[in-house]
Amino acid sequence: MGNNGAWLILQPRLPPLVAPTPGSGWLRPPPPRLPGGGPPRRLLLDWRGGLTNGELAEAGPERPLLEEDGRIPGWRRPRLRVGEGRQPLEFRPVPLPSGEEGEYVLALKQELRGAMRQLPYFIRPAVPKRDVERYSDKYQMSGPIDSAIDWNPDWRRLPRELRIRVRKLQKERTTILLPKRPPKTTEDKEETIQKLETLEKKEEEVTSEEDEEKEEEEKEEEEEEEYDEEEHEEETDYIMSYFDNGEDFGVDSDDNMDEAIY
Amino acid sequence: MTQAEIKLCSLLLQEHFGEIVEKIGVHLIRTGSQPLRVIAHDTRTSPDQVKKALCVLIQHNLVTYQVHKRGTVEYEAQCSRVLRMLRYPRYIYTAKTLYSDTGELIVEELLLNGKMTMSALVKRVADRLTETMEDGKTMDYAEVSSTFVRLADTHFVQRCPLVSPTENSEPGPPQPAPTLVINENDMYLVPKLSLIGKGKRRRSSEDDATGEPKAKRLKHSTDNKEPIPDDGIYWQANLDRFHQHFRDQAIVSAVANRMDQTSSEIVRTMLRMSEITTPSSAPFTQPLSSNEIFRSLPTGYNISKQVLDQYLTLLADDPLEFVGKSGDSGGGMYVINLHKVLGSLATATLESVVQERFGSRCARIFRLVLQKKHLEQKQVEDFAMIPAKEAKDMLYKMLSENFMLLQSIANLIERRQFETKENKRLLEKSQRVEAIIASMQATGAEEAQLQEIEEMITAPERQQIETLKRNVNKLDASEIQVDETIFLLESYIESNTKRQ
Repeated sequence: MGNNGAWLILQPRLPPLVAPTPGSGWLRPPPPRLPGGGPPRRLLLDWRGGLTNGELAEAGPERPLLEEDGRIPGWRRPRLRVGEGRQPLEFRPVPLPSGEEGEYVLALKQELRGAMRQLPYFIRPAVPKRDVERYSDKYQMSGPIDSAIDWNPDWRRLPRELRIRVRKLQKERTTILLPKRPPKTTEDKEETIQKLETLEKKEEEVTSEEDEEKEEEEKEEEEEEEYDEEEHEEETDYIMSYFDNGEDFGVDSDDNMDEAIY
Repeated sequence: MTQAEIKLCSLLLQEHFGEIVEKIGVHLIRTGSQPLRVIAHDTRTSPDQVKKALCVLIQHNLVTYQVHKRGTVEYEAQCSRVLRMLRYPRYIYTAKTLYSDTGELIVEELLLNGKMTMSALVKRVADRLTETMEDGKTMDYAEVSSTFVRLADTHFVQRCPLVSPTENSEPGPPQPAPTLVINENDMYLVPKLSLIGKGKRRRSSEDDATGEPKAKRLKHSTDNKEPIPDDGIYWQANLDRFHQHFRDQAIVSAVANRMDQTSSEIVRTMLRMSEITTPSSAPFTQPLSSNEIFRSLPTGYNISKQVLDQYLTLLADDPLEFVGKSGDSGGGMYVINLHKVLGSLATATLESVVQERFGSRCARIFRLVLQKKHLEQKQVEDFAMIPAKEAKDMLYKMLSENFMLLQSIANLIERRQFETKENKRLLEKSQRVEAIIASMQATGAEEAQLQEIEEMITAPERQQIETLKRNVNKLDASEIQVDETIFLLESYIESNTKRQ
């Protein structure tokens, strides 16, 4: 496959299904038939695709996403930087599908990409072991333990040699819930709201919810039981960032944890 | 297995399942069938990680296993099935157009989870639908079940092979791996379940306006030790059926554009009548009599029998030979010449490609050459056959174009990932700001406060984000577009390869 420079351009010169000349234009795709005529359910274009959570934090000192000279490892054309290598377009590219169907399928695609990252089938490499055991380890949330799987397959359908431990979720331990606090009428309402927001954000992050906006109506559920933050926070009144000992700074941290908002 | 296909598989696996699964999957695609310890050794991965990856890949129908002599189990990847992941949005959207939101979510859950039991699926979909409904309203399991049954009846979902029941009864040491079997007749058989219940809404933070800490999330009922009524009966999406639907859509719209709406409706009716009886790789549908077609026309259509016959004659006489007449009984027997249609669609796609890339003059030459060839081989009596030489030429053209398109999708994905990673700091920032704004809005913050937060992103940053968003959307849309073209060429290649 020679002359690949042309494919770097953002407007791909790709063939449409429609031959634009009037005589032979008989391959138009059918109009979408959405029953009920209501608006598409997916309204947001989640174009970031969840990449910000895990992968972006992965670009720590041990695992550079870019090589020293600015290349992506394995990127085919190392000497070209973004924007270079374009050939002048002889023919204008054909417009991409737009309209209700096009928009919806695009939004769907991006949403799926984000959703799959949050499911337990997405396996991230385990967090490297710490050198010294620390008190805060008890309250840190680590990545998947090496020898355990995060979902429960039907083992009857699989070869016996594949059996590995299913990571027990915290809910099975006897836990002490956060003691119910009476409504603090004396305290500043702002503080309570802040605390709630933090807890809410914590909970949403821990259970790996991609999108925290209110408009988003679907929350992606994990395959099996959910990792309930409340129960993990046994015996502590502090939010998780209290236990942030700074080790995670710049290191591969897969879950978007410990981001308290002040 | 071309480099382009492998590269694309790698990108897809990586995007959907992460690097570890990608490593194992790509390795299997490259090397073919291998046992566990060889995979671990060759990929320099720990056996535990390999096991995790294989579990995921098998769950999602991307890898199969086989027991060899001496009891070793070998694993094999299905490259073409991995490539199907590109098409997931299209499958889901199709389900939406046919069976509305419920159907859409059923297919989506099946694709996201690989395979599920009907009971688990119905509960999950009911819960998800309930989330989107107004406060106080819930989705009944019965409604979800009935949509599921319709999907099964029309073959869009199918049963996975079952663990052979003789497994446990045989004496001696247990098998290293179960044998999975399915009877053709059982593939769409829906178990008689009485699933009673309604979807559950997850409690949101609004419930705790009094300041009490949030209550525990509601758990799935599978946490209780209830016996699952359809234990062991798993379902998956039937991708071939969706492909058949796409093909039918393409045919109908081709006829509509070439002739008129009525002709296309007649063709659509004929295709619908043949949906379940005709295998997808057949060269033409079962013969349908004009009487049968007349009876099956959609109720809105008020054309007389005579008019229908006229249309059928016109269709059969058309030089493109999409419809053929195969007999005279029953008012005239007609078939749809699937193979011919696919060939024409593929040819038109190629013509488009030539046109777009090299201009209309080249396209004209291309068309002439194709036509001339066809004229030279005009002595063909059997309308279903394309001469072998021409078929081989066409096939070669389709294959090379197909591979080129696969490569281009790989490039699109790489470019999109590159763009995203280049701007990761900015993306993270914008996401955080959005989250803050959202939670502040939820607790009723004032406009001024929201403004302040929004200003955390500077104007040039905003511009950069907009540009990035536009580019990413464009790249994503291009992937979808290219895959549609690939589908057409693939359909032709598949039907041609099977015939030989």
